[in-house]
Amino acid sequence: MACDLSEERIGDPGLIPVAEKISSGERLDLGDAINCLKTRDLLSLGKLADKKRRAIHGEKATFIRNYHLNYTNICKNGCMFCAFHRGLDSPDGYLMSPEEAAQRVSQSPIEPLREVHIVGGCHPGVSLEYCVELLRAIKRARPEAHLKAFTAVEVDHVSRKEGISTGECLRRLKEAGLDAMPGGGAEVFSERLREVLFPAKIDAKRWLQIHAQAHELQIPTNATLLYGHLETEEERALHLLKLRDQQDRSRGFQAFIPLPFQPRNTRLSHLPGPTAMDTLRLVATARLVLDNFPSIKAYWVMMGKGLAQVALHFGADDLEGTIVQEKIAHEAGAETESGLTVEELEALIREAGLEPQERDTFHRPVGP
Amino acid sequence: MGKISFQGSRLGKEAALRLYGEADLLELGSLANEVRHLLNPSPNVTYTVDRNINYTNVCVSRCGFCAFWRPPEHPEAYVLDLETLESKCEETLSLGGTQVLYQGGLNPFLGLSWHLERLRLMRSMGLWVHGFSPPEIIFMAKTWGMGVREVLEKLVDAGLGSIPGGGAEILSDRVRRAVSPLKCSSREWLQVMREAHLLGLKTTATMMFGHIETEEERVDHILAIRSLQDETGGFTAFIPWPYQPGKRTLRARKVGPVTYLRTLALSRILLDNVPHIQASWVTQGPQIGQVALHFGADDMGSTMIEENVVASAGVRFKVSETEIRELIVKAGFRPLKRDVLYRPLE
Repeated sequence: MACDLSEERIGDPGLIPVAEKISSGERLDLGDAINCLKTRDLLSLGKLADKKRRAIHGEKATFIRNYHLNYTNICKNGCMFCAFHRGLDSPDGYLMSPEEAAQRVSQSPIEPLREVHIVGGCHPGVSLEYCVELLRAIKRARPEAHLKAFTAVEVDHVSRKEGISTGECLRRLKEAGLDAMPGGGAEVFSERLREVLFPAKIDAKRWLQIHAQAHELQIPTNATLLYGHLETEEERALHLLKLRDQQDRSRGFQAFIPLPFQPRNTRLSHLPGPTAMDTLRLVATARLVLDNFPSIKAYWVMMGKGLAQVALHFGADDLEGTIVQEKIAHEAGAETESGLTVEELEALIREAGLEPQERDTFHRPVGP
Repeated sequence: MGKISFQGSRLGKEAALRLYGEADLLELGSLANEVRHLLNPSPNVTYTVDRNINYTNVCVSRCGFCAFWRPPEHPEAYVLDLETLESKCEETLSLGGTQVLYQGGLNPFLGLSWHLERLRLMRSMGLWVHGFSPPEIIFMAKTWGMGVREVLEKLVDAGLGSIPGGGAEILSDRVRRAVSPLKCSSREWLQVMREAHLLGLKTTATMMFGHIETEEERVDHILAIRSLQDETGGFTAFIPWPYQPGKRTLRARKVGPVTYLRTLALSRILLDNVPHIQASWVTQGPQIGQVALHFGADDMGSTMIEENVVASAGVRFKVSETEIRELIVKAGFRPLKRDVLYRPLE
């Protein structure tokens, strides 16, 4: 009937080779990725990504009962796009003791808690011993939860402080209970932008190396891209390709999480931030380019829960989680709630026409 | 305007319901896009700059979904005096606005001459008045013992330029009896629009969905607009928007963007005779407002200098003209400022 009109009609000629490559199982190259990121034919791109998502995940979309813990906001890096960091002498700077952190996590109303997501600034006083104690204290408070902790940036920081290799640092953290690593701190893999926006932070090579070491130690990790500030479509595309190459070699990435830049209260607050068009094109492009990544997340805290719901039709298969105490995006003016209930997450997924599936840190289905 | 056909015929109710219930979101979006580009082949997305003026919040209709109305004796009840109206109009002109969206509650204390004086004032200041939704017109006719046509003629004579499509809610008397029993019936709403179109007035039409209505009632609503449009051709645009449940209003699960986009797309597909579909960034926010441009909408509505009704339900999105233009450009379209009648202003 009516659907005859829409028969795989692709308006943007740049997407035709993309569609052909996808149907023949060929990988997308840099040019294809840029075409996807620039297309005005949003729905044709979305349909290609949606088809791919369905082939991998069927009718399911996942979420996790988790808690976000930011153990310190004191950070020596001072990145331009960040509204969260404070200096050592700042009156609203803080560092939680492991006991205090464990206390907070134990008060989370989420039952059973499946994951604690732990990230913080590069605090000059944070030692490996602190990190180990932090993991142990939280594990004691919530033995049922997996610990997804410390970005590559923090691992690098602590290793340098201790004068040990990052590999050694990761081994010690794993012994202390580290189950997985989050994907933050990747920002955008571009030296041009690192020099301007985050000169004190580790570069792409180091970030990827630390993730490769984690993968070798059987620590699964995620990957992110902070977009919508000064980067070009080509830089977004190159970032995706670097992740794909690394995944070919080390196979430990679980999910890619596009992070829309939140300008408020940052030194880039004059920038408007990405629009929904950028977000949906990036989600879809990521699904198509990252053919070796199991999951693409729609991180509702930064996207907004409405756009995250729509993103489930543009290649995303996961909404992240209940979160409860998100601070980093909210300091930068994110207007979303700082937590959602399981019922709200399930309702968002159902309204999108998909089946909600609770998962654990390793993306294994859990729950009833 | 040529009719869009699906294998030679328009979508009827059954097919529409099936499409709405079963088609994938992006499939609906693509169909809506096809229709949008057939009706409006240009890359233009229009928007307008106007001011909402609500002349009173006193309303005897007491609709369950509305957080704006107050009873006459309430301390927050107001009626705009002439001076305030004049200063609001002056401000609108100084901000580059040329038109006002002029609506209010069903206030039994306001007479014909009160209304006419204000219309004359606004006309004398050079403003186009897009005013009085059908429930207000019906209420005036009943209160004053006049016919709908007579009321319309008097208002037009004093300066009314066009009529907004509000108060349609869901054109189903079952729904209206439950959520807005004191408001005009579906038949009366359509009657005002018919009379207005016959007098040469252009109007819009709205649909407020996501409360107690069924999918079938939404489809019936859209088809009722389509039938009247076949008869008169007087609708310029259709504006579907989801009910925004507030603390004091009718309880309902708030409709999410996926349902919004599906409904928007369905409207574009079914209303093959209505020139424009408006995105509701006021209820959806700028992000989903932008996405809506790929689901059949070709108009961003108004960058409202003042908006009270949705704001009173606790929803507050503010977007400047520059931001609206940015959103349109970044979605891959060309922004074009328009007047109430959708004529380009640049």
